[in-house]
Amino acid sequence: MNTIAETRSKSLLYLEDVSVSFDGFKAINSLSLVVEPGELRAIIGPNGAGKTTMMDIITGKTRPDTGKVIFEDTIDLTKKDEADIAQLGIGRKFQKPTVFESHTVWDNLELALNRSRGVFATLFYTLTAEDKARIEEILVTIRLTHRKNEYAANLSHGQKQWLEIGMLLAQEPKLLLVDEPVAGMTDAETAETAILLREIAKTRSVVVVEHDMGFIRDLGVKVTCLAEGSVLAEGSIDFVSSDPKVIENYLGR
Amino acid sequence: MISGFILRALEGRIVIAVGILLAVAIIVPALNLLTSPDSALHIPTYAMALMGKYLCYALLALALDLVWGYCGILSLGHGAFFALGGYAMGMYLMRQIGSRGTYGNPDLPDFMVFLNWKELPWFWYGFDMFPFAMAMVLIVPGLLAFVFGWFAFRSRVNGVYLSIITQAMTYALMLAFFRNDMGFGGNNGLTDFKDILGFQVQAGGTRAVLFALSAIMLALCLIVASAITRSKFGKVLVGVRDAESRVRFLGFRVENIKLFTFVVSAMFAGIAGALFVPQVGIINPGEFAPANSIEVVVWTAVGGRGTLIGPIIGAILVNAGKSYFTGAFPEFWLFALGGLFIAVTLFLPKGIVGTIQHGWNARKALKSAADAEKGRDAGAAPVTQQAQAAE
Repeated sequence: MNTIAETRSKSLLYLEDVSVSFDGFKAINSLSLVVEPGELRAIIGPNGAGKTTMMDIITGKTRPDTGKVIFEDTIDLTKKDEADIAQLGIGRKFQKPTVFESHTVWDNLELALNRSRGVFATLFYTLTAEDKARIEEILVTIRLTHRKNEYAANLSHGQKQWLEIGMLLAQEPKLLLVDEPVAGMTDAETAETAILLREIAKTRSVVVVEHDMGFIRDLGVKVTCLAEGSVLAEGSIDFVSSDPKVIENYLGR
Repeated sequence: MISGFILRALEGRIVIAVGILLAVAIIVPALNLLTSPDSALHIPTYAMALMGKYLCYALLALALDLVWGYCGILSLGHGAFFALGGYAMGMYLMRQIGSRGTYGNPDLPDFMVFLNWKELPWFWYGFDMFPFAMAMVLIVPGLLAFVFGWFAFRSRVNGVYLSIITQAMTYALMLAFFRNDMGFGGNNGLTDFKDILGFQVQAGGTRAVLFALSAIMLALCLIVASAITRSKFGKVLVGVRDAESRVRFLGFRVENIKLFTFVVSAMFAGIAGALFVPQVGIINPGEFAPANSIEVVVWTAVGGRGTLIGPIIGAILVNAGKSYFTGAFPEFWLFALGGLFIAVTLFLPKGIVGTIQHGWNARKALKSAADAEKGRDAGAAPVTQQAQAAE
């Protein structure tokens, strides 16, 4: 027991025995997962393994039927909604790049900045020098400075993915959940994205869900393999990919 | 802080539109009152009343644009807020009749005497006072929008479902107001108004002032709407329209954003209704008819949603067309309206102003691309990088 309490108190995100079912189908089946501060973690698994549902649970979109979802040892995420959880410092990137297409790249980042989000605070908001500098800084990180005044709709697919990652950075999260960031990217963009994510993980925890094994190898981090709603194996990429259960359930197919 | 908020509203187009509206507010009444009826410049009173009506409709369309064009909430019940504002004004005007009604009762409007009521219902109290009635013009539509929005947005009712319940709301109100025992004059509504603030409603001077007020209120609301949409809040609104879940996962409370916008919009509609009633001289439950609210959507779509100016132009054009058609070829008006809506959907999906704006932006983009080609824009990215991005 002692070790469990210890793990939990040191963790950033702590899932214990989480289950959720939709119309009798168990999407998540007593899943336990621990993410430590500053960790970069990759999550793999076949379609329907519950990867996206897990993210829905962490970000408050779906309520688990049973189990604990604890952030920073004390905050029970199952009691909060999406906006609360985002304000606590959990950012989420969707599978399909979701940016505000009719806004410029700059405005997208301005909206995402971690400032007061109330109705009246936003009505009377004026851009400060400090906020300007922060946006410029993010533009450099996501390599979009030269397109800052263009509408997001005109960006390429890969650039939209980066813009969305930039928006999450502007949110200044402690934990970043990234769902299939390299889907549909060119090889060059994929390699760039791996560098970008490693850079981001220097200052915060990042959880990446991905199918692209080459990309996971590029990241070179601890891997968790999910199947049928629970953890199948966890460890280095070589350890996980040599696990007979993982081969049978995921890689072999 | 507030001055910065308002200053931001005054972008080129808005300044021009406000300038035109203020000029209209002075010139039209002046031409009506100061020129002789034989003069070529004379604007007859009926024409001024008609234009005043268009301005009220324009304000209603502006209100709809705020929620539909910017926040993506397609309200098919905005006529309800307009009618409620109109009823609040109508109740004030009824109380001003006093003992000059057919039955000569100093406290009760004629229809209550006719129904054999002995005393004024509680919800008519206070409407003899102008400031109270004007407060109600804002509060009643605002409160209805707040309560309705509170439940709808919190339960995340979206898209076509929301449109349907707004339509149901205005329909339910229409049925309720048709009933005599509701206490709002049943299907006859409120009419036979005599004075407003001691001035005769029918007098030329009063009509001129009402017309000018309609133009001025439209200008004011345009400034407020522009200030809202050009603030960071306005950008969040467009975000809600285009990618609601992204806004939510960025930590914004989408339901509060929608609620605020819906309430402000309902208040605009209430003001429009209150200005409309003394100019047309009647308010009845027909104003709640679902078809009216749908017509507002047509005006807004024709003018161009999400442009603020477009809905104003759309409302004036379509209603001027309606006045002309119903006079010249009365049997063709509905066909013309239907045809117009189909034509706009097919050929001008962005509406009149939206299309012009789009063309303008495209020309600008073309020009800057041409400039970049000539190597004038030193800030542009190296060509190789752009080519990579385009892949």
